[in-house]
Amino acid sequence: MKTDIILAGVGGQGILSLAAVIGEAALADGLYMKQAEVHGMSQRGGDVQSHLRISDRPVASDLIPLGQADLIISLEPMEALRYLPYLQKDGWVVTHSEPFENIPNYPEISEVMKVYETLPHKVILNVEQIAKELGTPRSGNIVLLGAASLYLPIDFSKLENGIRRIFGKKGEDVVAMNLKALQAGKKIGNRTIFT
Amino acid sequence: MKKQLLLGDEAIAQAAIDAGLSGVYSYPGTPSTEITEYIQSSSLARERKIVSRWCSNEKTAVETALGMSYAGKRVISCMKHVGLNVAADAFMNTAMSGVNGGMIIVSADDPSMHSSQNEQDNRVYGNFALLPVFEPSNQQEAYDMVYEGFELSERWGYPILLRITTRMAHSRSGVQTREVQPQNPMHIDSNEPSRYILLPVNARRRYKALLAKQDEFRMASENSTYNRLFLEHRAPLGIVACGIAFNYLQENYPDGFKHPVLKISQYPLPKKQLMQLADSCEAILVLEDGFPVVEEQLKGYLGLGLNVRGRLDGSLPRDGELTPDNVRKALGMEVVSPFSAPAILVNRPPALCAGCGHRDVYQALNDVLKEYPGAQVFSDIGCYTLGALPPFRAIHSCIDMGASITMAKGAAEAGVFPSIAVIGDSTFTHSGMTGLLDCVNANANVLIIISDNETTGMTGGQDSAATGRIHAICQGIGVEPGHLHGIVPLKKNYEEMKAIIRKEIDYPGVSVIVPCRECIQTHARKVKLNRR
Repeated sequence: MKTDIILAGVGGQGILSLAAVIGEAALADGLYMKQAEVHGMSQRGGDVQSHLRISDRPVASDLIPLGQADLIISLEPMEALRYLPYLQKDGWVVTHSEPFENIPNYPEISEVMKVYETLPHKVILNVEQIAKELGTPRSGNIVLLGAASLYLPIDFSKLENGIRRIFGKKGEDVVAMNLKALQAGKKIGNRTIFT
Repeated sequence: MKKQLLLGDEAIAQAAIDAGLSGVYSYPGTPSTEITEYIQSSSLARERKIVSRWCSNEKTAVETALGMSYAGKRVISCMKHVGLNVAADAFMNTAMSGVNGGMIIVSADDPSMHSSQNEQDNRVYGNFALLPVFEPSNQQEAYDMVYEGFELSERWGYPILLRITTRMAHSRSGVQTREVQPQNPMHIDSNEPSRYILLPVNARRRYKALLAKQDEFRMASENSTYNRLFLEHRAPLGIVACGIAFNYLQENYPDGFKHPVLKISQYPLPKKQLMQLADSCEAILVLEDGFPVVEEQLKGYLGLGLNVRGRLDGSLPRDGELTPDNVRKALGMEVVSPFSAPAILVNRPPALCAGCGHRDVYQALNDVLKEYPGAQVFSDIGCYTLGALPPFRAIHSCIDMGASITMAKGAAEAGVFPSIAVIGDSTFTHSGMTGLLDCVNANANVLIIISDNETTGMTGGQDSAATGRIHAICQGIGVEPGHLHGIVPLKKNYEEMKAIIRKEIDYPGVSVIVPCRECIQTHARKVKLNRR
């Protein structure tokens, strides 16, 4: 068993904490993992990505080879498309639907969505909207993780534990808020696939 | 012990703490910063009173580390690759003096220049200084090398260079930690005390000693468990894989290598195993992240010996980091990518944060400089380098730490008017102060803007050695009080800022303006902490 995941977004959206939750969960599940992150200059409003590799055998490369990612999880619709060359033919893209427009030449969103129409496997959700409705407006990234959890080789309860460990320092209510967001994301992810 | 999920940087930090570290001396720089930050936030490090304050620059860091080693304690000094240029004088000469307490210098190189101005490969510094270099292939090796490295350094009496690259520094994996060792007591080495006095008479003796040590270093590489020769599969092409290149090689042979392979993670090169590899095949492909260091050594300048492939013959790209994909191509295998990047994609370059004080400084400066068509703005390394990008396009240079002030001086002396420097607070105390003294001594016609955000911003907000001291430093260096101004870079102060800039451009001498407003990122973090 091996799952290769690209996490994508814009600096400051919460991609790295999302990666950290999955990483903690995988390690707790006794799995091998490697997760390459981007720090430094690229965090300031630039594109951010993380390569996350989970396996029941030791993982060699820190980077995912082209054409091998099983999953792209993205907090921004155009950013997900940047990593399409990494996606394998049966891979899924799970993305937030709303563009993050901090550049003057962002393409028309309709053009972005046209690319999605050509992809065989995708889940497109407005996770910010869902998070707002939950009363936890800052946990859109964890809603997205909940939706993507259906494609992860990790027990849902392990993800919940991952959230407890990663957000534990920030207090009980932050943990509770994120657990709620994870649950909601899972529910909606389910509905998206089966309807 | 339990496996911990650690970045390569964090594995190095944890290993140092566990191995009985007494001090870490560093200057922030991507991708090395997290090593020192991890030690700063470690409760075990606090308990053990490990010294972990940031230094003014990499040179002061390595020198301070040498002082701690002199006093018998274990010490580590961490920097990005270009930081070792700043520390090179100290580094090269620690190889002459040698050390007492175990000393490890970490160079975090950045091939592909994710956050850097060049992609120099600091294994070259290892060869240059004639010191052993370690290059881990994974996070566990990084941990083990540092854990064992202090003892090796003490046994050899020399510092060790640990070279990592971005993908090792910033990739996380499970790491098995080991038993925590006691710290060294303070002890001054009474054996050959003159070795620290590098007068020619001593230096000549020390250089002979260093040269004599080379065989021991090489034999250590040949006997190292980090260097491994795999001769199970015979093939005409043998492969040398250095550091993390070994992972990319393994990735492409999930069921075992089809070639003879030599993994190298400890230098100087293991000659014995290289001879064995060369004897077993007709050609050697060298996989190494960074410069073709090993490739050049094996090939020789005239290329008359071994048939060596790698970055120099086009088997791999000459520049940029290795990936599993370019390694795959070099191995003659196909890379298949079912989806391609769509044409609508546009780049998303990093930008100054909304609300950042540097923005207000550039806005005011740009407005004034419309009146001075000959203006040249020399800038420096930091967040404010992003002022080069639209919408500001406000600067004309960014070379190395501190070069803004000295370049502005040189340009002014060549006739540029107005010649302006824009430098950050931390960069100013890192390497700008000496340049300012040059300006004052020459009464150069320059305007120096020290854009002070009270932190080292680009690397994530580490303490700046300059905080609260810039005015006193400038006065002490000799800037005339009438031409040293402070201002808060806010919209409401635009007109005042512009008036000061205009006035000081017109003053024929050294002027310093210090726009000061805290970085909005560190400010937000403090507000959050206080709320809790």
